[in-house]
Amino acid sequence: MNKVLSNKKVIALYITPALFLVLTLIYVPIIQTGYYGLMKWNGIGEMDFIGLKNYKVLMKDALFWKSALHSFSLALFSALSLIGYLFISIILASKIKGADLLRKIYLIPMLLASVAIAQLWMKIYHPSNGMLNTVLVAIGIEDPPAWLADANLALYAIIIPIIWQYAGFYILIYYAALKNIPESLVEAARIDGASPLQIALKIKLPLIMNVIKVTIVLAVVGSLKYFDLIYVMTGGGPNGASEVMASYMYQKAFKGFDFGYASAIGFFLLVICLVVTYIIRRYTAANKDIY
Amino acid sequence: METVKPDGAPRIGNGLDTKLVSKPIVNRLAYGIMYVFLVLVAVFQIFPIIWLFLFSLKSSQEVFNMSPFSLPENPKWENYAKVWTEGNISLYFINSVTYTLAAVILTVVLASMVTFAITRMHWKGNRLVLGLFMVGLMIPVHSTLIPLFSTFTNTNLIDNPISIILTYTAFNLPITIMILLGFYEALPREVEEAAVMDGASIHHIFFKITLPMTMPVMATAAIINMIYNWNEFVFVNTFISSDSFKTLTVGIQNFIGQYTTDWGAIGATLVISILPILIAFLILSNRIVEGIASGSVKG
Repeated sequence: MNKVLSNKKVIALYITPALFLVLTLIYVPIIQTGYYGLMKWNGIGEMDFIGLKNYKVLMKDALFWKSALHSFSLALFSALSLIGYLFISIILASKIKGADLLRKIYLIPMLLASVAIAQLWMKIYHPSNGMLNTVLVAIGIEDPPAWLADANLALYAIIIPIIWQYAGFYILIYYAALKNIPESLVEAARIDGASPLQIALKIKLPLIMNVIKVTIVLAVVGSLKYFDLIYVMTGGGPNGASEVMASYMYQKAFKGFDFGYASAIGFFLLVICLVVTYIIRRYTAANKDIY
Repeated sequence: METVKPDGAPRIGNGLDTKLVSKPIVNRLAYGIMYVFLVLVAVFQIFPIIWLFLFSLKSSQEVFNMSPFSLPENPKWENYAKVWTEGNISLYFINSVTYTLAAVILTVVLASMVTFAITRMHWKGNRLVLGLFMVGLMIPVHSTLIPLFSTFTNTNLIDNPISIILTYTAFNLPITIMILLGFYEALPREVEEAAVMDGASIHHIFFKITLPMTMPVMATAAIINMIYNWNEFVFVNTFISSDSFKTLTVGIQNFIGQYTTDWGAIGATLVISILPILIAFLILSNRIVEGIASGSVKG
């Protein structure tokens, strides 16, 4: 019977189509990105090999570092918002009536296209007719800011819809993990006199540490490559105030036609994502034996 | 959590006061405060979408001269008729449906074959191949954008739906395999062994026995894929230039530009673009919830 289930030809037949797609459309392109990063190239004409020059320019590019800083701020805020999501999930999972319904309502924004979310929040932030400023004027703030057009506020104004968009997603993940904790463990701690706070911190959190670790990676890496919403809401503006790495790359390639330089940014982005993933997994690996 | 235990004193000995049975007033109050908090979060999550629906039914005059919280006086359903017939919305809609369906079917079938070969068949290197697919989860699409753009240009696949369907498939294969994996591993091996004893071929086992058994998880994976593909933006925005091949996400983005001041039209366009997913969610919410949870927690 092993003969049938270890037929090499069939294995190759089942694996090859998918592997071919992943190799040609994901792996080959990332190698090419590294290669193009060594070129001076406008995307149409000849490529000129210029070695590491793009990377050297990149290291000194103040606009790039500004966008990288914005990406990292997004990552930081996304990681911090996980605490809030976790808090909500813990309450939600503690036998609250209608928890299922609430959880589903939280999830709805996650289902919408970032483009639609961006357009919707542009209307919410609209300086004169938006929902936000109408409320602010109504409660007596006479001169509310023009959120997305304000260089000091644009990035923060974009973080709110991001938190809004992903809340349900993370709450759902935490909720599912918390529901997997055996009731007997919580009950035993309760009988021993542990307070709800102690139960949450000392029993529930350690038990779902693996899941928390995954969500930190998802939130941080997701933020580092964040693009759609910013591209639509501000296009990186005003004056680069909300530019992130991915939008900077896109702009250099498809607006500035500097494909070599954009590839260098793309490759750098890839390396950052992989390194950050590795660090987070490594750094939180100590908690693994708890499971 | 402070609200649960306002005095903050450590509990010694009996835990009776925190048990639901006795339910002192403090606990009831804490429960109430938390409940209000959860409901407020729900309002925050849902209200912008309700507001969008409200202004999609308003005239420009109502939008600009009245409170944004007012209900539309005479719901202008003609906003919907207008945007549906005026631009290419109906065409974008059909394109979105076509690309989404084609990519979802291709992804789920290919991912099922891979997962079957990895979990149910015996060979060396299956973990390595699985790892290759899983690393794909961590790769940012932007790092592949320029080479894909130039490759599709060189192979005349640029501005061609095939490039979109194939990239959707490639980039969704990792997450789909991840969703299928646990389910396949939990399937009982006896069924396959019995089939082998009866002389069934491996293709027969896969297509006639295993695949039908995985229907529930395939449905879950298909729905997750559907949400991703329906909402995808950057690939279509980069690879497609003809209006006739654009999808809703990119189409509405360009289309909305014409209506800078007609919020009713913008609202109607957005509602049209999000409606299919919302309807799917209302019908299939349990599957979607389950799929998102199982697709992400296993890493």
